Amino acid sequence: MRTGIVVFPGTWSDRDCFHAVGEILGEPVRYVDHRERALDDLELVVLPGGFSYGDYLRCGAIARFAPVMEAVADFANRGGLVLGICNGFQILQEARLLPGALLRNASCEFRCEWVHLRVEQSDSAFTLDCRPGQVLRIPISHGEGNFFADAATLESLERAGRVVFRYCAPDGRVTAAANPNGSLGNIAGISNARGNVVGMMPHPERACEALLGSEDGLAVFRSAIHALTRVAV
Amino acid sequence: MYRAEVFVTLKPVVNDPAGLTIRGGLQALGFDSVKDVRAGKYLAITLDEPDEDRARARVEEMAQQLLANAVIEDFRIEVQPA
Repeated sequence: MRTGIVVFPGTWSDRDCFHAVGEILGEPVRYVDHRERALDDLELVVLPGGFSYGDYLRCGAIARFAPVMEAVADFANRGGLVLGICNGFQILQEARLLPGALLRNASCEFRCEWVHLRVEQSDSAFTLDCRPGQVLRIPISHGEGNFFADAATLESLERAGRVVFRYCAPDGRVTAAANPNGSLGNIAGISNARGNVVGMMPHPERACEALLGSEDGLAVFRSAIHALTRVAV
Repeated sequence: MYRAEVFVTLKPVVNDPAGLTIRGGLQALGFDSVKDVRAGKYLAITLDEPDEDRARARVEEMAQQLLANAVIEDFRIEVQPA
């Protein structure tokens, strides 16, 4: 799985993503500078977490105009796999590759903690190896992850099965107490209509080794490998 | 030269945790009459344009493309000669 990890000024989770894909999964991976304009050599593009451009104005608002983002949009529109994690999710929304927005956490606190995610659908490129209802234990680390979309958009996402992950209790129940940031519908991740672009607030790249407390994040990356194999067949 | 002031506010339907927190702070200080607080952003932009209409049109474009996110925010612009 030829993977590119996009690095903007202020990105901070690029090395974790590189480690997860390159070292743990042993897949070919390279960094992609925010000024690059060609992604033709890649099969998966990851927009990692961080504080691109200092999160000034709005999270992701400046990054979406970086030269590489035009190439990311073309890549996504051609069916390439794109995963936006945390700040990467915010950037994908600012770029209108995914709907909605991520507001300040309802608590007004930065939340850095383990959460449980219920896999809502296993058709997206990043959940193919999961079963619907499966619970993943993955950490979050954000101050602005409070998913918002207007009522019509939210309904269309739900109806089309584009909600990929929801915050849940360890047993899979979707409860208010399990919602770390006030997200509508406990939404932690969504996909585009085609299922090749997914944005999620939790950090799967930080849950790929038992040593770090969980290997559940591997399912996200292994699903992408599976998706590419399926396309090739 | 013109000076534009851009006021970016969350749409009324969007929850504003910062505004709610500030309201709580004001009420804790004894400002009992405070019913609601909405937090927003203020930008002052100095730009070189030939006339006020042109300056306003350019700042509108800026607000639509970058300064505000139409999914969650509204904006208001005031322009004066600088």
